Amino acid sequence: MINSDTNKNLQIAWLFKMAWRDAKASKVRLLLFMASIILGIAAVVSIQLFSTNLKDNIQRQSKTLMGADFIIDSRQEPTERAQAIIDSLQPDAHEVNFVSMIAFPKNGGTKLVEVRGLEGNFPFYGKINTQPTAAADSYQGSGGALVDATLLLQFNVKAGDSIKIGELTLPIAGALKSIPGSSAISSSVAPPVLIPYRFIEATKLLQFGSRKEYQYFYKVSDTLNLQRLEDKMQPQLDLEDADLDTHTSTTKRLGRSYDNVGKFLNLAAFIALLLGCIGIASSVHIYIKEKLISIAVLKCIGASRLQSFLIFLIQIAGIGIVGGVIGSLIGAGLQDLFPYLLKDFLPFTLEMHITPQPILIGLFLGLFMSVLFALLPLLRTWFVSPLEVLRVEEQATQEPRTLRILVFSTILIFLFLFAFWLIKDALYALVFVGSTVITFVVLAGIALGFIKTIKRFFPKHWSFTARQSLLNLFRPNNQTGVLVVAIGLGTFLISTLYFTKDILLAKTEVGQTTKNANIIILDVQTEQRDAVAKSITAKGLPILNNIPLVTMRMHSIKDKLVNDLRQDSTRQVRGWILNHEFRATYRDSLIASEELMAGVWTPKLKDGDPVVISISDNLAADANITVGDPVVFNVQGVLMETTVGSIRQVDWAQMQLNFTIVFPEGVLEDAPQFNVFTTTVPDEASSAALQRDLVATYPNVTIIDLRQVYSLVEDILDKVAWIINFMAFFSILTGIIVLIGSVRTSKYQRIKESVLLRTLGAKNTQILQISAFEYVFLGLLGSMVGILLALVSSSCLALFVFKEPFVPSLIPFVVFLPGITLLVVAIGLSNIRTVLRSSPLEVLRREG
Amino acid sequence: MSKILKITGLEKTYASGNKQLTVLHDISFEVERGQTFSIVGPSGSGKTTLLGLCAGLDSPNAGSVELCGQDLNSLNEDERAQLRNKEVGFIFQNFQLLPTLTALENVSVPLELQGNKNATKKSTILLEKVGLADRIHHYPSHLSGGEQQRVSLARAFANGPSILFADEPTGNLDEDTGEKVIQLLFDLNKENGTTLVIISHDLELAHRTQQILRLKGGTIVTNELTTVL
Repeated sequence: MINSDTNKNLQIAWLFKMAWRDAKASKVRLLLFMASIILGIAAVVSIQLFSTNLKDNIQRQSKTLMGADFIIDSRQEPTERAQAIIDSLQPDAHEVNFVSMIAFPKNGGTKLVEVRGLEGNFPFYGKINTQPTAAADSYQGSGGALVDATLLLQFNVKAGDSIKIGELTLPIAGALKSIPGSSAISSSVAPPVLIPYRFIEATKLLQFGSRKEYQYFYKVSDTLNLQRLEDKMQPQLDLEDADLDTHTSTTKRLGRSYDNVGKFLNLAAFIALLLGCIGIASSVHIYIKEKLISIAVLKCIGASRLQSFLIFLIQIAGIGIVGGVIGSLIGAGLQDLFPYLLKDFLPFTLEMHITPQPILIGLFLGLFMSVLFALLPLLRTWFVSPLEVLRVEEQATQEPRTLRILVFSTILIFLFLFAFWLIKDALYALVFVGSTVITFVVLAGIALGFIKTIKRFFPKHWSFTARQSLLNLFRPNNQTGVLVVAIGLGTFLISTLYFTKDILLAKTEVGQTTKNANIIILDVQTEQRDAVAKSITAKGLPILNNIPLVTMRMHSIKDKLVNDLRQDSTRQVRGWILNHEFRATYRDSLIASEELMAGVWTPKLKDGDPVVISISDNLAADANITVGDPVVFNVQGVLMETTVGSIRQVDWAQMQLNFTIVFPEGVLEDAPQFNVFTTTVPDEASSAALQRDLVATYPNVTIIDLRQVYSLVEDILDKVAWIINFMAFFSILTGIIVLIGSVRTSKYQRIKESVLLRTLGAKNTQILQISAFEYVFLGLLGSMVGILLALVSSSCLALFVFKEPFVPSLIPFVVFLPGITLLVVAIGLSNIRTVLRSSPLEVLRREG
Repeated sequence: MSKILKITGLEKTYASGNKQLTVLHDISFEVERGQTFSIVGPSGSGKTTLLGLCAGLDSPNAGSVELCGQDLNSLNEDERAQLRNKEVGFIFQNFQLLPTLTALENVSVPLELQGNKNATKKSTILLEKVGLADRIHHYPSHLSGGEQQRVSLARAFANGPSILFADEPTGNLDEDTGEKVIQLLFDLNKENGTTLVIISHDLELAHRTQQILRLKGGTIVTNELTTVL
């Protein structure tokens, strides 16, 4: 008599033994199942590791990111009261910064830069990284400028040469490689030029109308409660249009922004994993179906339902764990790619470490998701009747409906919980799971609809091979559904990316012809207006716009003083309105980017008429005002009563000067103002010549070349697209593995069919054609559905998000469609080679 | 002699569309321990259904099956599986070897299910007895039909069954091979003192058993003792 405990142990050991024995004979298929999830897990783990490292780095480098413990900044020269607060806190360093043109006398090159005049020992944490290294410490004493390293390279200028900033010419002390608080992307529009504060006056650039920012940097003891300081000082500073930011609040904000990026990447990885799991579910379904007789035999000779179930559960759990380990290892290796991918978006250097949590998540996902998605086919083993050893009864192996519903519900609940854990927002998680399910259902629905349509309208007159290949699409155990989902999803992802990129670029595109403005000249003072206009026309260039700008702030809204509103916690006005310095213009007509939404447009006023203004829709919403509401402006010390006369819808994305507030003609003409000119230049050389001349004569003016901005936007979009493509790559590659897995799963069935067909007289070429046609149908159907879905989603994005007409590119149709179809055919046919070589005897033996 | 199999008033019906199809009707018979017994009848007479019910692979709509002193109606599926593992051996027309297991592993499975630590040794001896000593590590797809059925024989006797059910054991074999397999079956049966229940079309084979039950249209036509050849 065998001891029952020993027996129990032996049985568990036997289950593993049986699982291993069976797995050995199916190792290629099981490896393919495993491969389906490896990439998804690798993606999730690498992004999890990256996010963990990012959070950790932000946390650790909190002070270094700001360079100080806290900063007080103001978009205008601090008021007397603000200055008193600033001084009472004893700043350790301060700076004023503004955007301006500079020139390199060595070669006449000009460029829009951010000039930062700094005094004091900033940064207190981290360091200014320069070449030569000593320049960071010596520029203040030697009176030189630190100039953005890329800018120096662009203009072939080096340390020792000089730079002209406004009226001032300084020697270049060194190349500025990095400074705490700015990223490559943020400084690419206007690269930074650092000069000692004492020279700012001499540049004569801080004139009326110029945008500038004053910053005061503080270093305090670690024991000071920064949160309490912020809570105490912020309300007082708010009243003075100033702002206090501590390093902790700034890094929290920064953490939140990168968290959003992390969430997006996580979801993209999750989709890849999901696709792999669906591949597993489909393959295990066929796998178990082929094992049903073996399971019946096992039950016949005495195995219990639980033992039969556990043998295959152990196999799937095994491939899940091994897949999880391999995926985690790949993920850990891949995480080093992310700092490289995102380096332009990060304001600091990332130090990457392997942490245990993401690895454990990878292992858990590998095990749990493969078992969860394979559970339904696995449960069939429980319900296999031993009687099937004598006769195969399809119905007998169906698991109960309630169990199916339970498994599906568990899958959906898990998907929701995991998505919720990733994005920490129940509604978004629900929307994500909902849209994912809808996408899968649409793809699967179209596949099933296609099969039904073929069945109903079967093309009987087609050739034998074409008919046979169509029949293959709805044969028992067909994989049409899963293949269309895999191919369709991959195509959908890359096509959507392509279409969206097109929309975004079309939106930012400025005319390369001479019809549209491509040069904007800002900050032209009233006394410079005529001379600047003359300089432009003298070069044979047209003046497309000459727009006057008047700066003002809101004094009261709907008879409530802005100062009172600031302290009113129940106010319905957004905070920025109360502190913003508006740049208004006046004109007699609407421009192309505007559309009247409400009220009446007033082109011109006569002396004594009440002042009616036109505001943009976003201002109306944020200030909670509408047509007829009174608004009083402080126009540089003079209060001006106005009434909202109309509301305009403004397309801010159009590359032209748009305004929140437009006055009619006849009101602001005598107010202190400056002008903006727009013109168009035919080429790079004309642009450079114009910039050189204007900067030399009028150093205070700022010139923006829209073509450079366009190429910059394109560059940023390319970088973003690179990241998205990188994530899509996981889904696409997983799709290909699922495809290979599905093809491989049906291999034995194909061998049987090919033998039968050959017995009936079919030639190898005919068998090859049948398979080729089948995969052409699958490839075309999957990729076409994917592209059409991408068209729908991109149209929705264009219509509702970007509000831009959508003209789809032909690339997905002429490149992706045939390309993906060919790939599918190639993978499909790679399976056929061995099929064609199989002898009828092999099949008969297996059948036996 | 004691009864190893006692069938009483057995009924089996299947749903066929909206109709109920009666496959077996009021079947009663008994098999003595150590006896050789055959069930014969034309296709569709209910032979295989009866085998399934006798071995506890299926449940009847009415009537009872008492196998090795156990009323199968009182056992659940797992208890019936345990009983089969302990008391029953099977031989099938199409061998039903597990294709992913070698010959040795196939024979070992019933013993391993019993927790027998000497499964491999005992299985090797059995395979030697059926003349497959040099094929023990071969997979079924690498064995001929006759070899596969000999592996099946070794597996059927591996757990030392009290009763052995053989469903058309020579149905997939040529005459010579079939004869060799049958001879081996009867030899092993004699050696082990097992009760043998054979289901077959082959009357010649049936006449080699001690009793023949003839079925037709789901009912017993005759149940008589034979003069064993």
